[in-house]
Amino acid sequence: MSDHQPPEEAGLLSLFEARKKISPARVRGPFRRFKWAVMAVLLGIYYLLPWVRWDRGPGAPDQAILVDTINRKFYFFFIELWPQEVIYFTGLLLLSAMALFFVTTLLGRVWCGYACPQTVWTDLFMVVERWVEGDRNARLKLDAAPWTLDKIRKRVVKHAIWLVIGLCTGGAWVFYFQDAPTLMADMLHGHVPFVAGFWVCLLTFSTYLLAGHAREQVCTYMCPYARFQGAMFDEESLIVSYDATRGEPRGKPSDKGAGDCVDCGRCVAVCPTGIDIRDGQQYQCINCALCIDACDEVMIKLDRPKGLIRYNTLNNAVPSGARLRDLHKYVRFLRPRVLYYATIMAAVGGFMLFSMLTRHMVDLNVIHDRNPLYITRADGSVRNVYTVHIVNKTWAEQLYTLTMPDMPKAHLSAEDVSPSTDGQLVLTVKPGKVGTYRVYADLPRGEVSGKASVDLHITNGTYADTYTSIFVAP
Amino acid sequence: MAKETKKTAPKANKVETTGHVWDGIEEYNNPLPRWWVWVFLACIVFAIGYCVYYPSWPTANGFLRGTAGWSQYKQLADRQAEADAAKAPFEAKIAQMTPAQIAADPELRPYAVASGKAAFAINCSQCHGAGSAGAKGYPNLLDDEWLYGGTLDDIYTTITHGIRSKDDDETRDMGPMPAFGRDEMLTKEEIFNVIAYVRSLSNKALPGSSAIDEGKTIFADNCASCHNDGGIGNRELGAPPLNNAIWLYGGDGKTLAETLHGGRGGVMPAFSKRLDAGTIKKLAVYVHSLGGGEE
Repeated sequence: MSDHQPPEEAGLLSLFEARKKISPARVRGPFRRFKWAVMAVLLGIYYLLPWVRWDRGPGAPDQAILVDTINRKFYFFFIELWPQEVIYFTGLLLLSAMALFFVTTLLGRVWCGYACPQTVWTDLFMVVERWVEGDRNARLKLDAAPWTLDKIRKRVVKHAIWLVIGLCTGGAWVFYFQDAPTLMADMLHGHVPFVAGFWVCLLTFSTYLLAGHAREQVCTYMCPYARFQGAMFDEESLIVSYDATRGEPRGKPSDKGAGDCVDCGRCVAVCPTGIDIRDGQQYQCINCALCIDACDEVMIKLDRPKGLIRYNTLNNAVPSGARLRDLHKYVRFLRPRVLYYATIMAAVGGFMLFSMLTRHMVDLNVIHDRNPLYITRADGSVRNVYTVHIVNKTWAEQLYTLTMPDMPKAHLSAEDVSPSTDGQLVLTVKPGKVGTYRVYADLPRGEVSGKASVDLHITNGTYADTYTSIFVAP
Repeated sequence: MAKETKKTAPKANKVETTGHVWDGIEEYNNPLPRWWVWVFLACIVFAIGYCVYYPSWPTANGFLRGTAGWSQYKQLADRQAEADAAKAPFEAKIAQMTPAQIAADPELRPYAVASGKAAFAINCSQCHGAGSAGAKGYPNLLDDEWLYGGTLDDIYTTITHGIRSKDDDETRDMGPMPAFGRDEMLTKEEIFNVIAYVRSLSNKALPGSSAIDEGKTIFADNCASCHNDGGIGNRELGAPPLNNAIWLYGGDGKTLAETLHGGRGGVMPAFSKRLDAGTIKKLAVYVHSLGGGEE
């Protein structure tokens, strides 16, 4: 153990590890092209989605996706959720988690490698960096160079573009929470609401910090997912791996008996997390597959078969050069855990779909007054007071007739509501609102003694709902 | 996975050790990233600034007040001032309007009801109950019987001047109900007969009896001057109707005997001395909205 050096006696900071700056080299290839496409689609969705319109009729917002925090409603195309339907978000989270487990079991960290916002924005920031400062070698040289006017210019341009991207990111975010065209016009005229301004600033800063400076540290130090991925992989998950049996021992192309790996270091140079894929599976690896492109490039030049680094399983089931359409011959995709996740997804998704399709456009909620439980009227009749909430989920005004079918003798009236000509109690609910009424039910003396269960029923001919409450008498 | 880990472990094992060895077991050195230290130091700097700006450390005779001058009392006062400012336009309108006008105004009515409810909890609920259902001797404000009238103006007048209130000249005071028994205006038997008659007024199912017939005569001579013929009551005098299901003190024989023996004379304070006119108007609108209000 003599070769282990004790830590040098120095200040506090020496006990902590400084970040080793990573300058990934440019790489070309099918995976890189695929990642560009994914990035374009995802960024396009993020920036453009708030501008998509969706006609919901007069009075209703026409933004396809809108989180209306003031009125506490969530709009998603044809779906409109009220605060009491927050259960759907639970379902959505469950579905997302299961989808993540499902895809990770099959294909490893594809979410990390292709779709995670941290990956997408870091990729975007790296393109800007390369465009301004040049590729890996130029950047390393620039880092080491003294501060000249040219270096200052490059750094200023780079950070300025980063900040502009950050500003657009924050700018797009707030459009999800307010009508985008209105807010945009307001902001262009200099009327920035405080909340919107706050979020724009926060997201500008966090985008700049996380995608410009923190980068792979977000994945290695902050993100919990990187650390529990091991529980989701199995020996048959397709992950980016180095084929050690083919590659080792490493040597020059001319060496006899050497493996296919020529130790050129391209896979390390292009890695955005700065690791060596040849060390095997490691928690820093986000499975971005850029090392596959890098290695294949070299293998083609050396006239060796591609796929020294490839999507392979931990039990090495996929042979080098296997075609995408043949993968099912080598990998068992229908494994128990894959099926578990699929089953849970189907169950949660099916439940959500079912309840969404059978969702009522009206919701009746009744609170029986407890203080007092009943009121004796001068004529001896007994009055019970109910606070009635009618949720009108349609975008038209609705007139609901309230009845107590179990108690035909009960006379119903409500504050501020005059009874209709046929003596019915008709309650008006404004479009997309909750109508609240204090309803009095007067029952002649002796009809009920003690406590009785009673149904309150509303209907407007099209929609109806019933709520079971109580009637209390002396 | 285990297989792969084993295979690559020697190569991946580039982690530095701290140099500590116990029985051949080494301690890996996986240091925290340095930016964590900077965040930690930044938090300390922030904490120092916070301590200077906000109230923080205890001292021998109090605490450091902070340069911001912030305190919970001040925050409360500020929020209350904000709330008062928000209410000011409503209050200005209410000052110019009658309770009936307020109740008819679709914008002011919800405000007056909500604000009146809060004032009720502070000023009225001690006697009338948090749910306004009253108690023995304290009228239930939810029902449809009103001793002095249930219109908005009646309620407003009652709250303003009170009932039999000593410190208000315009208070509603037509004298208490006499103590017929204690002051020997009626004999025990006469009281018994009157009770029989009074109970028959609200309960037609009771069989006729001589007591009821005699009670009717005694009632006409002694009670009808206030409670009216047939016990229908008189709001001018605050005399409750006796022919219905509502009893201020109780309609059983024992309670009625108490009432006739000792008399009754409930008191309600005149709130003009305690509350401003706007609050009383809001209270009137609130009480009127509880289900028993009269037009």
